[in-house]
Amino acid sequence: MSKHTLSVLVENKPGVLARIAGLFSRRGFNIESLAVGPTEHPEVSRMTIVVNVDESPLEQVTKQLNKLIEVIKIVELDGSASISRELMLVKVKADPQTRGAVLDAVQLFRAKVVDVSPDAVTIQATGNADKLGDFLRVLEPFGIRELVQSGMVAIGRGSRSISERTLRPVPVAVPAP
Amino acid sequence: MTEQRGTAGAAMSGAQSLITSLESAGVTDIFGIPGGAILPAYDPLMDSAKIRHILVRHEQGAGHAAQGYAAATGKVGVCMATSGPGATNLVTPLADAHMDSVPLVAVTGQVGASMIGTDAFQEADIRGITMPITKHSFLVTDPADIARTVAEAFHIASTGRPGPVLVDVAKSALQAMTTFEWPTELHLPGYRPVTRPHSKQIREAVRLILASRKPVLYVGGGVIRAQASAGLLKLAEATGMPVVTTLMARGAFPDSHAQHLGMPGMHGTVAAVAALQKSDLIISLGARFDDRVTGNLDSFAPHAKVIHADIDPAEIGKNRPVDVPIVGDCAEVIADLLALLQSEEDAGNTGDYEGWVAFLAGVKKTYPVGYDAPDDGSLAPQYVIERLGHIAGPDSIYTSGVGQHQMWAAHFVNYERPNTWINSGGLGTMGYAVPAAMGAKVGMPDRVVWAIDGDGCFQMTNQELATCAINDIPIKVAIINNESLGMVRQWQTLFYNSRYSNTDLQSKRIPDFVKLAEAYGCVGLSCESPEQVDATIEKAMAINDQPVVVDFRVHRDAMVWPMVAAGTSNDEIKYARDLAPQFDEDDL
Repeated sequence: MSKHTLSVLVENKPGVLARIAGLFSRRGFNIESLAVGPTEHPEVSRMTIVVNVDESPLEQVTKQLNKLIEVIKIVELDGSASISRELMLVKVKADPQTRGAVLDAVQLFRAKVVDVSPDAVTIQATGNADKLGDFLRVLEPFGIRELVQSGMVAIGRGSRSISERTLRPVPVAVPAP
Repeated sequence: MTEQRGTAGAAMSGAQSLITSLESAGVTDIFGIPGGAILPAYDPLMDSAKIRHILVRHEQGAGHAAQGYAAATGKVGVCMATSGPGATNLVTPLADAHMDSVPLVAVTGQVGASMIGTDAFQEADIRGITMPITKHSFLVTDPADIARTVAEAFHIASTGRPGPVLVDVAKSALQAMTTFEWPTELHLPGYRPVTRPHSKQIREAVRLILASRKPVLYVGGGVIRAQASAGLLKLAEATGMPVVTTLMARGAFPDSHAQHLGMPGMHGTVAAVAALQKSDLIISLGARFDDRVTGNLDSFAPHAKVIHADIDPAEIGKNRPVDVPIVGDCAEVIADLLALLQSEEDAGNTGDYEGWVAFLAGVKKTYPVGYDAPDDGSLAPQYVIERLGHIAGPDSIYTSGVGQHQMWAAHFVNYERPNTWINSGGLGTMGYAVPAAMGAKVGMPDRVVWAIDGDGCFQMTNQELATCAINDIPIKVAIINNESLGMVRQWQTLFYNSRYSNTDLQSKRIPDFVKLAEAYGCVGLSCESPEQVDATIEKAMAINDQPVVVDFRVHRDAMVWPMVAAGTSNDEIKYARDLAPQFDEDDL
């Protein structure tokens, strides 16, 4: 099994997320990470889905996803030809003795302190999954009080857009009554 | 065109908009039952001059009737129900239509928009419930969306791979005033079914067909949905390739044709199973390599290359790896294959299948589908169905339930035309036959429609006999009464040491099917000896102003043969109990 990142353009309509999540679960796939958000087109949302599967079941689930009426396009993003990021907010214990060391780690990983209290700091970090994992390992000895992480978002490198050609309207004529 | 849309921009209620939309979509028949949330729609429905609404006795009946209607006519079937239990009673027919690619639109009422999510009286999230078992499902809360949604629903249901679409409309949207405007075009950016096959794939397919020595046309229900039977006949005759038709494709190719080997699969003919199993090239047309056809996948057709043509790309390679995938409408695929094969023939290139065809003809002759008459002189179920098919003939429409009688009806009736065999193939829904027959008869009133049903199946949905009697829908029902859940009993005989746990229905005693038929305003007949069979069927055939129910009281130990036990290889096919066919491999 290997990790695959799917970028899925969907119509921004109620129930789309339920349809997609339901399809993955009933065909026996575990979603590792899922992020949904708006795109440059207000009527289109983009989902970034990370799944851990073999090639042939991945093809089947992609085809099944494509059958959903509200799914417009699916692109598998190749790790080297794309950029992926996750966002993490982590609350770390930091008293006057340890705060300096915590802040060093924050600097080293180009993260940011977004909130401070007498015995803790809240850090915002972005990066790919590997970088965030490494950062967490560095922070762990100080004591992690709370952790929240977004799903991964990813985009292909270069000037091409996955949405430009797909969204050209192709109207279907309705037979006259 | 625009003149016809004189109602464009007309002010009306959402309910009127819904009915006008259904009329605009060409609907002439709806099967349904009113209730609280859908009630506003039933008021303008009463005034519709274009739509006949048939009041059924159970929403499941409405759904199966719409399926039977669609399967017999090729048009979109329509059913209607209220919210909550009305809608959930449609779940089985929706799932059934989804499995068998039946074009269907189900309209349900939903509680008012402000009540959604409050666990209101008769509230159920039917759009959510039906997501996995419909091609698409809509919830409409804004009356301005009704017309466009109905237009989209009919487009989605009837194009590409057909399927069921649910339109759930909130009561508040039905009651509110809106402006009706039937759309002239639809924008569905995520829905663009491919119907034209790729010419490169067609060329590759033709290359394999010409190179093969043991090809077989594996024909599925897609050929019937695509109305491609005429093209299939030409393709088969032009090449001489043998044909097998799956349970969903019975009637797609004439049973009387010499190239036809019958139905493959778990209860397939020996010749059809052998044709797939020993083939070097399977040309799958609108079939999906279902487990009931392939048996154990690893040993299925081990030497065959596969050309898989289907309008649904997700079916291609789903179960069996494919050498030449062809996405497209079966009618177009067949036409393109035929055109290229003919130009190859003109250039002197034809396939050589002589030895293969002779081998299969031998298998077909040696192992015809047959049965033994019971020793005690009692009635063989196969005989009843065989005679029924013979007397009612190939112009009649046959529906069936699920189980032994279904398999016998698939084998012992000769189908010569598409859309004459209507059954629940994928989902295997007991209780399908009577309401499906009702729908088929409404859609094709000039045809004789026989429901071949089991005594178990019949007791699940027979209340629709009342609907048939009251609404002048004279279907005919043949109950193959073996007083058992026969197929389950057969498995108990074979695999559970004849321990008949909960399969004895005692239906030769209770209910009295003749009295039950009469109570429902139908003619009830009974038959229990072989000598009476023809006369009874002829008597039923002569009654055309009332539904007829015939209780054929048959031998209970009859079994369906041939059979490939579940999960085993097709090579393990048994022609009869403990009797495996012997293939002379030297003939190949």
